[in-house]
Amino acid sequence: MSEGIKKVRQQPSQNEDLLFEISSPGKAGYQLPPLDVPSVDPRAALGAGNTRDAIDDFPEVSEVDVIRHFTRLSTWNYAIDLGLYPLGSCTMKYNPRINEAAARVEGMAWPHPYQPDSLSQGAMEVMAELERCLNAITGMDAVTLQPAAGAHGEFAGILLIRAYLESKGNPRKKILIPDSAHGTNPATAHMAGYQVENIASNSRGMVDTEILMKAVDDDVAALMVTNPNTLGVFEEHIADVAKILHDKGALLYMDGANMNALVGVSRPGDFGVDVMHLNLHKTFSTPHGGGGPGSGPVAVKKILEPFLPAPRLKRVGDKWEWNYNLPDAVGRVRAFYGNFGVLVRALAYIMAHGGDGLKRATLDAVLNANYLRKRLEKHYQIAYNEPSMHECVFSDDIQKKLGADTGNIAKRLIDYGFHPYTVSFPLIVHGALMIEPTETESKRELDLFADALISIAEEIEENVEFVKQSPHSTRTSKVDEVGAARKPVVRWKR
Amino acid sequence: MLDTIGVSSLEDLVAHLPAAVRYNDRLPIPDGKSEYEILDYFRKLGETNAGLQASFLGAGVYRHYRPVMVDTIVSRGEFLTSYTPYQAEMAQGTLTAIFEFQSMICQLTGMDVANASMYDASTAVPEAAMMAMRATGRSSVLVARNVHPEYREVLGTYAKFQGMPVQEFAFDAESGQANFDDLATKLTSDTAAVILQSPNFFGIVEDVKQAAALAHEKGALLVVIFSEAVAMGIVAPPRDADIVAGELQSFAIAPSYGGPFAGIIACKEKLIRQIPGRLVGETKDKDGRRAFCLTLATREQHIRREKATSNICTNQALIALMATVFMSVYGKEGLRELATQNLSKAQYLGAKLKHRFSGPFFNEFVADVGAKDVAEMNRALEAKKIIGGLPLGRFYPELKNGVLLCCTEMTRREDMDVVAEVMA
Repeated sequence: MSEGIKKVRQQPSQNEDLLFEISSPGKAGYQLPPLDVPSVDPRAALGAGNTRDAIDDFPEVSEVDVIRHFTRLSTWNYAIDLGLYPLGSCTMKYNPRINEAAARVEGMAWPHPYQPDSLSQGAMEVMAELERCLNAITGMDAVTLQPAAGAHGEFAGILLIRAYLESKGNPRKKILIPDSAHGTNPATAHMAGYQVENIASNSRGMVDTEILMKAVDDDVAALMVTNPNTLGVFEEHIADVAKILHDKGALLYMDGANMNALVGVSRPGDFGVDVMHLNLHKTFSTPHGGGGPGSGPVAVKKILEPFLPAPRLKRVGDKWEWNYNLPDAVGRVRAFYGNFGVLVRALAYIMAHGGDGLKRATLDAVLNANYLRKRLEKHYQIAYNEPSMHECVFSDDIQKKLGADTGNIAKRLIDYGFHPYTVSFPLIVHGALMIEPTETESKRELDLFADALISIAEEIEENVEFVKQSPHSTRTSKVDEVGAARKPVVRWKR
Repeated sequence: MLDTIGVSSLEDLVAHLPAAVRYNDRLPIPDGKSEYEILDYFRKLGETNAGLQASFLGAGVYRHYRPVMVDTIVSRGEFLTSYTPYQAEMAQGTLTAIFEFQSMICQLTGMDVANASMYDASTAVPEAAMMAMRATGRSSVLVARNVHPEYREVLGTYAKFQGMPVQEFAFDAESGQANFDDLATKLTSDTAAVILQSPNFFGIVEDVKQAAALAHEKGALLVVIFSEAVAMGIVAPPRDADIVAGELQSFAIAPSYGGPFAGIIACKEKLIRQIPGRLVGETKDKDGRRAFCLTLATREQHIRREKATSNICTNQALIALMATVFMSVYGKEGLRELATQNLSKAQYLGAKLKHRFSGPFFNEFVADVGAKDVAEMNRALEAKKIIGGLPLGRFYPELKNGVLLCCTEMTRREDMDVVAEVMA
């Protein structure tokens, strides 16, 4: 191993077969109390044609088998708990465990969504308080907590725009999307029945107001913008962008994926945003859990409030009620009231920080990104020479000339004990390395990471083939993703 | 660090923001609190919610025992604090667990392919309908009126902007099962999907085979929905469906006032390229060892953008892991015994009350209270620390005398006796 590798050294890891392969007939890990009513024969109660025999190949394992199996699998994962996880735009910050404890309090974990409002006041208060905090942070007027994730929030948000424009007589046809946007934006616009028109960024990586002015006509419903954008650059002319849209009767949607850079420093509601979503699993540190659950609240200006999906919280006397009587509401986007357990975690996070602490977290996130940028910019080509907010984006221009691309560098980082940055995104940067350290990383961890990337840049100069064959130290060597897609095997079979 | 960057204060880092967009006030959020204060806040608020007291509510959210193993495993930081497994070499743990999840969902449902999760069943329903639209090239959808009312609402929201007319077909007033005569008259050459739930919203098992025959005869696909996954321990899997969309909340996921849950979509092999969401596939590493990775990503938004099968990105991975651990703990014999306990409890209470429908039910049924006041009955139960069933008038005006009651393995006989006494 390279002398430059400081964070990790190799250690044997356990092998483990699939559950189905370690099963043996008759093993079981469950206990049920004895039935306190007479046992019923399923065939007699449901009809023989409606019942099934034993489920073929379903696991038969003991409790010890279960815990060893999943513990062994867990050791094959990287995680924030093991170190810096610099995925740009994904905001992989430390997840405080108090949030987990709060969500598991009996009175938070066990309420049924259909129990009477009179027996749900605490849950409703949590939601009301979170709505209040999110309004304060975003500078918006009203919030729905119903959407289950960021992309789901985008969908709800675009439906709100459509409903608003319809109420003005014309839903319009197009959504404008900068070429630096996340893939969910165009996919969402399409799902909401709009055509997508891409807007080229200017030479500074920002929305080009002149191009925008030409593109906005009576067919344009909205622009979906991410601010700071996916380059980590604050859209300097965002207020002008809003004005161009508003002058033509169109609205401004903000993808809040990068809100981690703005909390306490700048409020979308103050710079002309009409609708936005937040990713509670990013900005407000609810755990990503290997891909979810998330939560994607949508915040709007007053003009859009009547269209928020039902039900909404309503204060009647000193009690909360669910109000379903909202004639202008767009339809439900999800059953019940949203990912409540995630909302509890986010509120716990906000409470732990307080207003000043949230702002400090933002500044620390910007500090960490700029520190990494400074340490790396002699070795990697910065994509756009604009001030960085919470993330910085490099290109692989220098390394590409020597034969290694961003994907190779990412895989080599794994040998150094780090999860790779976001690879090849945003699309407007050729061979992008998109790095977001977040505020929860110490200087020590940041330095280890910068050292690793610098060491890799040197390795590329010395032995590019070695880097291209990475990773070298993982228990699973380079995975054949092309082979997986060619003939998909997506389930275990005997 | 400031010196390295070349600035003198943290504020300097954001000094380039135009003054007009800066927020110069202090956020109106109280000062940071300690762990103790935060837990105390949620405990106190939690005490004003009904938590684990006796309850007969089901209707899409079920109270099942959560084996301790589930939280033990999902609390491991390596699962809890990892990202979507895009970097396969660093995420074999999550990828392997998802592969097992997909396999178990296939075993349960009788399908060939299952995705790595959807937000919940309510959002899986429209995604399944859109799959059927793409697969058949047709545009309209027929949904049974005894599918969960909120799932139908969400379907309506999505359908409106897809150019996808949604029409409902009736349920039989006597059996509570879908009315196939009504379905047959509404099926046309433009029907992409027939959507049926089993057990349906009233807890009654449907004849999936017959629905499939009707749908297929007209070239439509059959989508079968489930909200009570425990039923699959004894109820025949919907093998004749083309797509199965469902809710796994029953598999060790706390009711949590309605979420987070985990939905799934499973389907026949031929529809694999139409399925939304993430899929994990088996492959090999450079040294020829078995490995797993995300696959068929060309269906997804980060590659295909506006041409993707769905905009879904973040899903419910950790919740799906809870379900995976649950299925491992209960296993082949346990799920069957658990389902039988649920059935037996519901039968016990069911035998003491007048039923609105005659169809075979699993762990929920609709009691007919006749001229009695449902709200008053539930208040009487509340006084005895019992949450009664769901009055159905809210969703079905014609069933205003109906109460949907659910019994699970956690329902105690003495509470059922009280309900029977109050409601009889």
